[in-house]
Amino acid sequence: MQAIRWIVLLPLIGAAINLTLGSRIQRSAGRAAVAVFGSGMALASFAIAVTGFMRLRTLEPESRLLVDTVLPWLHVGTLDISIAFQLDPLSAVMALVVSGVGSLIHIYSYGYMDEDPALWRFFGLLNLFLFAMLTLVLGDNILVMFVGWEGVGLCSWALIGFWYKDHANTAAANKAFLFNRIGDFAFLCGMMLLFWTLSGLGHATLVFRELGAVAPLLEGQLLWGVPVVTLVTLALFIGATGKSAQIPLYVWLPDAMAGPTPVSALIHAATMVTAGVYMVSRLHCLFSMAPVTLDVIAVTGAATALMAATIALTQNDIKKVLAYSTVSQLGYMFVALGCGAYAAGVFHLVTHAFFKACLFLGAGSVIHACHHEQDMRRMGGLRTKMPLTFWTFLISTMAIAGLPPLAGFFSKDEILWKAFQREPLLWGVGLVTAGLTAFYMFRQVFLVFFGESRAGASVEAHADHSAAGAHDDHHGHHAHEVHESAAAITLPLVLLAIGALTAGWLGIPSALGGSNLFTEWLAPVFAAGGEHHAEAHEGLELEYALMAVSVLVALGGITLAYLVYLRKSLSADTFSRIARGVPYRLSFNKYYVDEIYYGTVLAGTLALSRALGWFDKVVIDGVVNGAAASVRAVAFLGGGIDKFVVDGLVNFTAHVFDSAGGALRLVQTGNINAYVYVLLIGVTAVLMAGAW
Amino acid sequence: MSMTTVGLAHYLVVSVVLLCLGLYCVLTRRNAIGVLMGIELILNSAGINFVAVSRYGSAGFDGQVFAVFIIMLAAAESAIGLAVVLGIYRRMRAIDTSRLTTLQG
Repeated sequence: MQAIRWIVLLPLIGAAINLTLGSRIQRSAGRAAVAVFGSGMALASFAIAVTGFMRLRTLEPESRLLVDTVLPWLHVGTLDISIAFQLDPLSAVMALVVSGVGSLIHIYSYGYMDEDPALWRFFGLLNLFLFAMLTLVLGDNILVMFVGWEGVGLCSWALIGFWYKDHANTAAANKAFLFNRIGDFAFLCGMMLLFWTLSGLGHATLVFRELGAVAPLLEGQLLWGVPVVTLVTLALFIGATGKSAQIPLYVWLPDAMAGPTPVSALIHAATMVTAGVYMVSRLHCLFSMAPVTLDVIAVTGAATALMAATIALTQNDIKKVLAYSTVSQLGYMFVALGCGAYAAGVFHLVTHAFFKACLFLGAGSVIHACHHEQDMRRMGGLRTKMPLTFWTFLISTMAIAGLPPLAGFFSKDEILWKAFQREPLLWGVGLVTAGLTAFYMFRQVFLVFFGESRAGASVEAHADHSAAGAHDDHHGHHAHEVHESAAAITLPLVLLAIGALTAGWLGIPSALGGSNLFTEWLAPVFAAGGEHHAEAHEGLELEYALMAVSVLVALGGITLAYLVYLRKSLSADTFSRIARGVPYRLSFNKYYVDEIYYGTVLAGTLALSRALGWFDKVVIDGVVNGAAASVRAVAFLGGGIDKFVVDGLVNFTAHVFDSAGGALRLVQTGNINAYVYVLLIGVTAVLMAGAW
Repeated sequence: MSMTTVGLAHYLVVSVVLLCLGLYCVLTRRNAIGVLMGIELILNSAGINFVAVSRYGSAGFDGQVFAVFIIMLAAAESAIGLAVVLGIYRRMRAIDTSRLTTLQG
């Protein structure tokens, strides 16, 4: 189906035009032209994705696969790669989410970036990001996916550092890029190892739809005594931890909040960070063969979910809370993947895209209205001033907290259910995280939208001044009345809130009388991967019980937040003083992970570079200089020999001939008579010698 | 060999005398023409030698042929020698060999 390529190419065209001619268009045709063009490309891409989705639905479930081969790309040896895109149930879901949420965020950006002179650059980069993300999602082989994988990293870098005049922003951008690169390197290693092994087995391919058939061949293949498939999947998962902000590579995501809020919503909440989840799901045929990797994924996901949630409890920056919440929710998705419940992971990805994008955009709306104030301690009471923002934010918050019947409830519950089947401890961690999530999200709602306005309130200065916190220069504007944002901002909010409200209904589990359309839709994709279908019907009561527990825990978290931040019948200080405030300080300072990284990896690298520098200076330079000195000494000696021996010989020869000539010239008298005498003597001598 | 008949030894003696005179002339004359004349004497002594040895020896007419060659050679030599001397005179205004020392090293 030829149309698939246009899902990808339209944003690329938009990016190309806006990034090259955009400044001129903006000057001559106005800011709206740039925004309409960029958003139009995104919307057109979304429309084609919808058409493709409809087309897929008309097909039989098993044959739902549309491939569009654009160009042959690499044909080297056994490697045969085309630039090709495929639309199957999984990539269709992803394409819809990416282009759909992407389009809404494009529209939002026009309202949000209303003061920025470089609107064209922003839209160009957003379009470029969409292009890269859709390439990642729709590519029909790992290499095309990798192109998109790198592309989103690049766009993420460019957009985090969009306001590049502030050094903190470019530092955050570089940090994000470097952490992503670490993951990308592992991804690349995994990809090459996979290809190398498959080549050795005579089935060199990187095309997804062929991998399913080829993957069983990897069974029993060892490298260094470890199954190859485990190594490959571990490497790929490390790539996923970079892109999807999991332990140990998650630290870039909170700093990435330095970028404009639409960027945070699009890239760092809804789409790019889910790339790792998508990649694992896409290659589930490999991951299912590596139980060790699945365990690692599940444990990493659970640890990340819990850790990020505890950090989010104490953050004061409205976007930082959401950032840690994103890390935590991504952890959930990885727990699902680690349990082999790929559909559940992707389901949470979709619902999360809606409510987290909505939350970020809501936060952006608040930040915009408060003149770039991001500290929640200086907000408050915005409920009446920004009703639309408030209601959409509240809906999304309830969704992420996991309250039925909102989106987050179904997806989170499915994950918890799968985790419980796999390992109750995972479920326990997930449950605690759910409670923490409910608490910190409602803490945010209460701090921002309820109570009295604390605009302009002075808050004690903190040692914590990383990245996005540094917008203090806007304080003077606080006298202005805060009011609801423009339609370009509220319209996407409303649409996303509707998504946050309803997206979960796609996956109502059979236990609640639904048919779990979502899992059924993805079933053809994951059928080969050994997805555990809901065989556990015997535990229906158990499933109800777990649901009830998780809802109760969420309600408990909300109640606690209500008591502490709205009723103020409990003081936050009592919590922060627990155990001499150690847990509070750990959480507030993000477990000092950044400091630990600085202290170990960064300091280690610096120390290593210093040591290498010393080695270079002393040893290498010493060798070089020594060589130079010895060459000079040899040259000096050679020069001496040349001067005294060789020249001496030459000069001596010359001197011999000179002096001989000087002596002999006396013989040459020029007097003929003398010559004749000599001649006579000579002849006589010869004759006498002859006679004798 | 009796002293009354003229034999080979007489010719050789004459030839040696003539050679000595020629050498003496060549060594002592400062006049270039005199030198040339001395050379003529030396050549002629050689010619006598050839003829005499040829006459008394058993080599047939080789000696005579050589003598004729020498006469011819002497003629050519004196012609060229006189021309050279003339040339030198024109250039140097002198034929005194003690003054013709431009070839001195």
